[in-house]
Amino acid sequence: MEQVNELKRKILELLKEDARRTPELLATLLGAEEEEVKTAIGQMEKEHVIVKYATVVNWDKVDDERVTALIEVQITPERGRGFEGIAERIYLYPQVKSVYLMSGAYDLLVEVEGRNLREVANFVSEKLSPIDSVLSTKTNFTLKKYKQDGIIFEDHEEDNRLMISP
Amino acid sequence: MITNKTQPAGEQSKSMSSYLSPLVQQIQPSGIRRFFDLAAGSKDIISLGVGEPDFKTPWHVREACVYSLERGFTGYTSNAGMPELREGIADYLHTRFDLNYDPDKQIITTVGGSEAIDLALRALISPGDEILIPEPCYISYSPITSIGGGVPVGIETFGKDRFKLTAEGLEARITPRSKILILCYPSNPTGAIMSREDWEPIAKVVEKHDLIVISDEIYAELTYGCNHVSFASLPGMMDRTILVSGFSKAFAMTGWRMGYACGHPDLISAMLKIHQYTVMCAPSMGQVAALEALTNGMEEKDRMVDSYNQRRRLIVKGLREAGLECHEPQGAFYAFPSIAGTGLTSDEFAQRLLREFRVAAVPGSVFGLGGEGYLRCSYATSVSQLNEALERIGTFVALLKKEKGNNE
Repeated sequence: MEQVNELKRKILELLKEDARRTPELLATLLGAEEEEVKTAIGQMEKEHVIVKYATVVNWDKVDDERVTALIEVQITPERGRGFEGIAERIYLYPQVKSVYLMSGAYDLLVEVEGRNLREVANFVSEKLSPIDSVLSTKTNFTLKKYKQDGIIFEDHEEDNRLMISP
Repeated sequence: MITNKTQPAGEQSKSMSSYLSPLVQQIQPSGIRRFFDLAAGSKDIISLGVGEPDFKTPWHVREACVYSLERGFTGYTSNAGMPELREGIADYLHTRFDLNYDPDKQIITTVGGSEAIDLALRALISPGDEILIPEPCYISYSPITSIGGGVPVGIETFGKDRFKLTAEGLEARITPRSKILILCYPSNPTGAIMSREDWEPIAKVVEKHDLIVISDEIYAELTYGCNHVSFASLPGMMDRTILVSGFSKAFAMTGWRMGYACGHPDLISAMLKIHQYTVMCAPSMGQVAALEALTNGMEEKDRMVDSYNQRRRLIVKGLREAGLECHEPQGAFYAFPSIAGTGLTSDEFAQRLLREFRVAAVPGSVFGLGGEGYLRCSYATSVSQLNEALERIGTFVALLKKEKGNNE
């Protein structure tokens, strides 16, 4: 694994909080040179340490025509490739939002998004289950998302400090 | 429902102030209070005036307290505080600052560091004793001294020394009545710290004049690029020093009111005597939370310190770019820029900044000698708020420059 130095680690932490922070601001916060920060970011982008700058969206506020399911999938690994090939066959579907290889009672945890229950159910029965090496699936629909990637969707902890204090 | 028929206070015709102790009457309300009133109630103000962390108390600490309440841990504790907590404090001070205190005889937990300072002063002062206080400093030392019957003697510190206390400055204010020196480094409001080299000459003066030191080290964890040196850790200073600290700043626990004092058993037992008659013990739920913070809170604390350090760099750069001279604060979470070049007093500057640009900061003058001409800006606020505040300060300073030009 690529050795990530202290500066890079700090840059990643700050970008995780807010990906729009400029190299100039990052350099100020970290007491580094702007060029140094730019180089570090460039390297990490090239090495795909930084994969993408995406936005965390609370879709509940955009539309209610959207359901998400977490599907536990048991599979038979393929000779020579293990879980990689089958995981790829699953994650290439655009409606699959994330895929994890898990330890424990099942192998893959697949997050699937659809416009309604039927759409997700159809995906499971028509696309996922028929795959040869898929042994079983268990579909759990999510009801509400509270937190994602360390970001709380509806933070109730306001700044209630006194405006001026000694 | 029972109606309360007594007249509300303030509507009585007769003034009751004549009943008050003359000692209390002569105490002036804090200059900070006035700014508080000016800023109160406005939502659009960005405040750099807050003297507390912007972090909430870490969840594991809050949760530990909730759990203890559910289990019914709601009674008094021993006067000095739970033995486990005192042991925890002793271990912590040993690991972090190379200090050795006996948790049974040398440590007392208090209602915030403030109570510890009050206890120490009340235990030590004979009427007329002079208490040496380097200024600018936290606003409470001088009034508590007066209430305790002592005479506060300010020692001015200067921007050119980065607000460090010097042996000459201290020596110049010593008289035969000098008894106690109150230290607060890292400093609120200046952000100054004292290194071992800075301390050594001070320790010599303390020894020479047989002073007792109350060292308020509440910001000890918040130093940047260097480690805090406790005054008590200097050779020969342990017995002469009452170390005061607490959980408020390091662990973001201001509202819990958990502090402590450590020192020679004779001094601590005297303080304990006052403590047991006045407050009995520090809040039991606060003690549970404090113990949790010491046991499992170091990682979170380091993360918070790191975050202050980042914002410290941002505010110092921003203030300098705005055209204000600003020494590099190495501790606490305050920048203390000079506004002397603007032609305004610190009070005028702070008032106009608040009224015209909706940024609250505290004028240096409220912190005593040497504070005039400076502004205390707390950087315990979010990066985006800091950026916005710095921009507004820049606009204000540019405007002042223009005004000054027009007048000349």
